[in-house]
Amino acid sequence: MQKLDSKIPDGPLADKWKNYKAGLRLVSPANKKKIEIIVVGTGLAGSAAASSLGELGYKVKVFCFQDSPRRAHSVAAQGGINAAKNYRNDNDSVYRLFHDMIKGGDYRAREANVYRAAEVSNDVIDHFTALGVPFARDYGGTLDTRSFGGVQVSRTFYAKGQTGQQCLLGTYSSLNRQIAKGTVKMYPRRDMLDIVIIDGKTRGIITRNLLTGEIERHSAHAVVLATGGYGTVFYLSTLGLGSNASAAWSAFKKGAFFANPSFIQIHPTSIPVLNDYQCKLTLMSESLRNDGRVWVPKQKGDKRHPVEIPEDERDYYLERRYPAFGNLVPRDVASRAAKERCDAGYGVGDTGLSVYLDFKDAIAKQGEDKIRDKYGNLFEMYEKITGINPYRQPMRIYPAGHYTMGGLWVDYNLMTTIPGLFAIGESNFSDHGANRLGASSLMQCCGDGYFILPNTISDYLADDIRTGKIPEEDKEFEKAEKNVSDRIKRIMSVKGKQTASSFHKRLGKIMWDHCGMRRDAEGLKKGMELLKELEKEFWSDICIPGSDRELNQELEKALKVADFFEVGRLMCEDALQREESCGAHFREEHQTETGEAKRDDSKFAFVGAWEFQGQDARPKLHREELEFKYVELKERSYK
Amino acid sequence: MAVAGLFLMLFLVFHLATNLLMLAGDGGKAFANAVRFLTENPAVKAMEYILFAGFLVHIALGVILQVHNYRSRPVRYHKRLQTETSQFSRYMIHTGVIILVFLVIHLLNFFFIRLGWVALPDHAESRHDFFSMAVVLFQNPWYSLIYIVSFVFLGFHLKHAFQSAFQSLGLNHTRYTPAIKVIGTIYALAISIGFSLIPLYFLFIY
Amino acid sequence: MDFKLKIWRQKNAQAKGSFRTYPVSDVSPEMSFLEMIDYLNKQIIESGGEPITFEQDCREGICGSCGLYINGRPHGPMRRTTTCELHMREFSDGETIVIEPWRSKAFPVIKDLVVDRSSFERVMHAGGFISVDTGSAAEANSLPVSKHNSDKAFDAAACIGCGACVAACKNSSAVLFAAAKIAQYALIPQGKAEAKERVDRMVKQMDTEGFGYCSNTYGCEFDCPKGISVDFIALMNREFFSSKLCKQIPGKYTRKV
Repeated sequence: MQKLDSKIPDGPLADKWKNYKAGLRLVSPANKKKIEIIVVGTGLAGSAAASSLGELGYKVKVFCFQDSPRRAHSVAAQGGINAAKNYRNDNDSVYRLFHDMIKGGDYRAREANVYRAAEVSNDVIDHFTALGVPFARDYGGTLDTRSFGGVQVSRTFYAKGQTGQQCLLGTYSSLNRQIAKGTVKMYPRRDMLDIVIIDGKTRGIITRNLLTGEIERHSAHAVVLATGGYGTVFYLSTLGLGSNASAAWSAFKKGAFFANPSFIQIHPTSIPVLNDYQCKLTLMSESLRNDGRVWVPKQKGDKRHPVEIPEDERDYYLERRYPAFGNLVPRDVASRAAKERCDAGYGVGDTGLSVYLDFKDAIAKQGEDKIRDKYGNLFEMYEKITGINPYRQPMRIYPAGHYTMGGLWVDYNLMTTIPGLFAIGESNFSDHGANRLGASSLMQCCGDGYFILPNTISDYLADDIRTGKIPEEDKEFEKAEKNVSDRIKRIMSVKGKQTASSFHKRLGKIMWDHCGMRRDAEGLKKGMELLKELEKEFWSDICIPGSDRELNQELEKALKVADFFEVGRLMCEDALQREESCGAHFREEHQTETGEAKRDDSKFAFVGAWEFQGQDARPKLHREELEFKYVELKERSYK
Repeated sequence: MAVAGLFLMLFLVFHLATNLLMLAGDGGKAFANAVRFLTENPAVKAMEYILFAGFLVHIALGVILQVHNYRSRPVRYHKRLQTETSQFSRYMIHTGVIILVFLVIHLLNFFFIRLGWVALPDHAESRHDFFSMAVVLFQNPWYSLIYIVSFVFLGFHLKHAFQSAFQSLGLNHTRYTPAIKVIGTIYALAISIGFSLIPLYFLFIY
Repeated sequence: MDFKLKIWRQKNAQAKGSFRTYPVSDVSPEMSFLEMIDYLNKQIIESGGEPITFEQDCREGICGSCGLYINGRPHGPMRRTTTCELHMREFSDGETIVIEPWRSKAFPVIKDLVVDRSSFERVMHAGGFISVDTGSAAEANSLPVSKHNSDKAFDAAACIGCGACVAACKNSSAVLFAAAKIAQYALIPQGKAEAKERVDRMVKQMDTEGFGYCSNTYGCEFDCPKGISVDFIALMNREFFSSKLCKQIPGKYTRKV
């Protein structure tokens, strides 16, 4: 059995990273030129890492499935990016940001990693500003900040509702500079399908060229995965349709541990499903709950138009259940409450799967202009998608799968359990525990990519200065390539009747119903069975027209869906194992009398890291016990 | 393109001012004086060559632009572009060609005569008697019609050209650009109406 | 709702493409345009045909992947809207909808409705960045930037790189795309140091890629899903001329002895 060594350095929390970094080994400039690094994914984490490594002088190869690195789904983040700058003099500090994140994550994240993420957050803002990212500013020319859910300070830097886009364009610009310099070579339109391990070290990847269908070998001295989350396992989610788990999953199957797969954040305010062919849920920023009131009719199945329902027949259930926080309860609580009402038959809309978010009172009190000022672009977006004017009648919203706190297990160096394989950004598990706070995902991705990984990976590569180029003719490459080719051949040869999307949709429904916002042992077991059945059906009835030697989007989708069956099973497995409710993970069996989450710190204050044991065998659970020396474990209450 | 264009626009103003002297009602005396001054002044003579160059550069660039732009979309759309564009901007080459054709007729009538390349009409008093030539030509309604139509197209050309030249030169400002657009419209109207007044005068009033 | 879709089909970059007409019925007005094509594709696949290939990812109008030329307009009839945000309720029942890929020498068709926009990437490689290494940045607030310029830079930076400006331009010119980036950096002090080299290189690359020249028809602004203003093109022109006029001759600063 492999022992989980998180490599967390000793010493006081605030000095850990500083001291540890000082002791890391380096690679000399002359040697860096001889060392190749592969980065998969070009979101914030990936392009930040690739450009930094390029600046250092390494030979970097970057891969993405899109036609341009700028289209990675980091682009869709709206709200902002946190940093402990304390520009507002509101007594913010690195420690406070760290504390908020640990608490927001419901005490299931590693103290040392979270502290480090908070520590480098300020450098990220400095760097982005230097890169010309147009963050909002005040009239004096200094940066503006705003407050965000779950915290009492104003530490969120933003660029209107497009912070993710602007930050991504920042990292993209630094990537472009390195591409122009020749230190980074870009490989767009590639799906990574496997990693290659030679003598116990990660030495390359196998990709499929999406334009030609060619299976390619790419060798390097180390591989960095920045491949994002697996939220599209629910089919309907706020993610891009191309987002997938395949890269991380291939690493899992080669021996990398997968940590806390069941921790997946469900965002409470997204536009609900409007038609049967919908494949995407659009997020409406969390900030709307500052002024909107959430309600459902008091009468079951009330089909009246919302404006015709009188005040005393409305149930403002969040205000009723959580008088202290009202409509501003955290994401996980708001999501579960909405689901509870809809499941009980009070949901609105044709499907009965949505609740109202009403701005009537806010408009009456503050005036329409004020509301337009604050949320104009969101209201416009809502109207564009639904055709309904939210100034005149309430919005309809429903929770949607959003962000995966779980991911590949990494140590303090951000290295997985396979030597030479690193995971950064959303693809790792390390910083958000069981629930992520708003605006800290951008912060973590950029911190990982710009300021943490470049240091830790050099330490690893210090051993590789004499290795020389990794030959792509190695038999391990051959084996991995054959595996990939065989899998493609197998999936192409099914020649069934159903499309990949229709399988994905059914898979998503199983996951949503059995491993979604509320879980119980029976449902999870049932979910796993259903997944197995569906997977069997998939492998006997998937239909992929065309050939694998051309641009074939159906094949791309099918390969991703094939992995999601397995991801889904692992999620259920992990949710079943975790006999407590914490953060986004809610077990029906573990709730207080009033229906709130009940955490069990005595038994479950650990990271659940799963090890692959073979295609049909059950994966094996390893526990990394979490130690909390700098924060006190408390119960979260919003009553 | 823009620099040559702006230069030509400036020329048009002088040209119009001179021509409008024909409407002075003095039998073309003021006009003849102006013409004499212009033809005898060496500085103006030099400007003539620069003007010629200006025309050539403007036309050459216009053609190069058109050919390059046509080639940058080798496969055309099946459905014609429905995108709304700045007025007349799509038809610069078309109006330009019409103006060029007019220019050739115009030069045949006036300029080349002066150079002696084209024979002088019988009734003209001297090589510089443009006034009587104008009288003869404009009293022909067909010639006047061609003249007026050409200036209407020149108006369309200028309507886009004026503000476009400022845009191309990067002379843009939230405060002044709207004014430039208005001035451009007034300018285009003034040039096309101003020049059109001359044939109308000779047709109906003289 | 029922529609007749006339769609460009092209097997690969070398093949000669042609239009094919597909009837599609029982479309919900709530469907987005791309969901309508998904719906059609499902029927095509289930009846043994090859689905229509098109690009898409985020489906919320920010990634810039999607881009169809619908009834003579890039991204369809609605302004300030990407193809993925367009909904079927904007069309009338029974309508014939013509769908084509972007057309430009610099955007060759790869398959069906997918075009190769790597020319945009190369324009960015030429200068779409501020040369600053990780770790060398000064404290963020040590450099004040006027709010007006910063907001304006943001407006320019809103470009999603979809290529609608090129598709909408009668000259298939890419100046709005390049100008948006050049303007973003020219407006803020961080970008000033290399502003002249940047505009020079990016404009040159744009010409190399085979994009057309700008003739100020402003179709790009009209159909830009993010409403980026042609004012930025003027700003780019200004930068360009000043770079040309004020170009320094290298190596002329050492006095000869």
